Amino acid sequence: MRLRLIACLALTAGLAAGGAARAENDQSIEGIEKYREALRDGNPAELFEAQGEELWKKPDGPKKASLEKCDLGLGAGVVKGAYAQLPRYFKDTDRVQDAESRLLTCKEKLQGIDVGPIIKAPFGSHEKDDMNALVTYISGQSKGMPVKVSLSHPKEKAMFNLGKRMFYYEGGPYDFACATCHGQSGARIRLQELPALATTKGAPVGWTSWPAYRVSAGQMWGMQWRLADCFRQQRFPEPNYTSDATIALSMFMSALSKDAKMDTPGIKR
Amino acid sequence: MKNIVKLVALLPLLAAPALAGSNATDWGKGAGDAAFSAMLKNSFHDKGIATLSRLKQDATQAFCSDPARATGASKAAVAARAKIEAENLATIKWPTDGKWLGDWKAGEKIAQSGRGMTSSDKAGEANGGNCYNCHQISKAEIAYGTIGPSLHNYGKTRGNSEETMRYTWGKIYNAKAYNACSNMPRAGHMGILTEAQIRDLMALLLDPASPVNQ
Ligand code: HEC
Ligand code: HEC
Repeated sequence: MRLRLIACLALTAGLAAGGAARAENDQSIEGIEKYREALRDGNPAELFEAQGEELWKKPDGPKKASLEKCDLGLGAGVVKGAYAQLPRYFKDTDRVQDAESRLLTCKEKLQGIDVGPIIKAPFGSHEKDDMNALVTYISGQSKGMPVKVSLSHPKEKAMFNLGKRMFYYEGGPYDFACATCHGQSGARIRLQELPALATTKGAPVGWTSWPAYRVSAGQMWGMQWRLADCFRQQRFPEPNYTSDATIALSMFMSALSKDAKMDTPGIKR
Repeated sequence: MKNIVKLVALLPLLAAPALAGSNATDWGKGAGDAAFSAMLKNSFHDKGIATLSRLKQDATQAFCSDPARATGASKAAVAARAKIEAENLATIKWPTDGKWLGDWKAGEKIAQSGRGMTSSDKAGEANGGNCYNCHQISKAEIAYGTIGPSLHNYGKTRGNSEETMRYTWGKIYNAKAYNACSNMPRAGHMGILTEAQIRDLMALLLDPASPVNQ
């Protein structure tokens, strides 16, 4: 609500000042930018971080175990810095996994939970909200750290290559690919500026700021949700939660973000 | 038998230069056709009207999914794009009654609406044109996207010759007839917009009374 009001104010101010429509738009983007800065001091994502930490430490499932022994890639129980190095190859599952996918593995193995219903539950459900809180907590423990994603394992390299190919895969009734909307820098959809995600400059804009609190929706979104909604806008069928296609795209964006600093959890329009 | 063997032996020789000439992208280890289609097959599910059949590409989409061919400057890529354009041009259905322009007011509404064909839309509802998502059109609308060029004053600068009418209709009906790997949806060809809707959009862009041309 408040965002809309401020954006409207900025738009009206632009109109009153006159000048080219382009300049008016830039002004309104500036207005939203300022609002974002103001919110930075009190990002509502912090609430989700706290909730995620609680879920991490709480015994759950048939095994009445917590997730505190979960191996996110840096050893059992190490959360600090783990998100900045995901996705990565895990020997025990013989799979490249992102944070969400790895969390499901830990829920299954440590807590004995059947993760099928979590995968199937719609976004916005209580199951998915818990997952989003958990990744928000984990990502917060990598805030300020440089992205360090490895491509040394053949399956990691393959995932990167598959992600790149997925990025350009055009289809559906609108002929859209990720590249249609995210293939050039400086382009906008309506007033929303879109980073050129296939470049080392644009990829970190997206990658290092998710999970993010979405002001317009009042929701906390992990990268899995972000991508599912982009596939919706692409007029594609819905990606399976933690599917290889979504992990491959994450591998592609994270590897291009090498050495950029994680700014998670983020805050978005 | 002998002939077939000879033919098979020849194939790699024929295929190799053709591929090299068109500069197809090598996606790298682990991302060959088999691995990629397996990933596609395992990664999605039907949701509402957005079913798995949408992952199947037509020839144009398959071609444009390779950036080296979609934008490459090699002779082979340029020739291949001309062929794709000709194929798309042949799909265009011209207005049945020879009438180019409808109602610009209705056209503005269609241009504003970004609705349609997502997994959260219902079947049978009228689709929007999504035009403002990518184009500046009417001066009054300042929340416009910039993936496409500005269409403000489109009719004022282009006039309303038969040639302009024909090109604009064709572009909206099938954008890839004029630019093989355009980012613009093929609104008529893919059944996103009806003939009547296209006529209204034509009026928005070309009617001298439309605010676009004021
Ligand atoms: C039809 C347009 C469209 C398509 C296709 C699309 N996106 Fe998006 N994407 C958007 C918009 C618009 C946003 C801004 C957020 C919003 O309003 O939903 C966005 C935001 C994002 C972000 C966050 C960027 C940031 O600055 O934080 C990422 C990452 C992303 N998209 C990735 C993808 C990937 C990967 C694909 C392909 C699977 C894709 N998108 C396909 C329109 C699209
Ligand atoms: C996803 C982006 C996108 C959408 C949606 C879109 N366009 Fe476009 N349009 C483009 C791009 C990019 C170009 C220029 C490149 C090309 O295709 O040749 C273009 C070009 C055009 C042109 C030709 C301009 C010229 O000077 O030759 C017209 C006319 C046009 N669009 C009208 C429309 C209308 C009407 C709609 C809505 C039904 C629409 N477009 C929707 C991206 C888009």
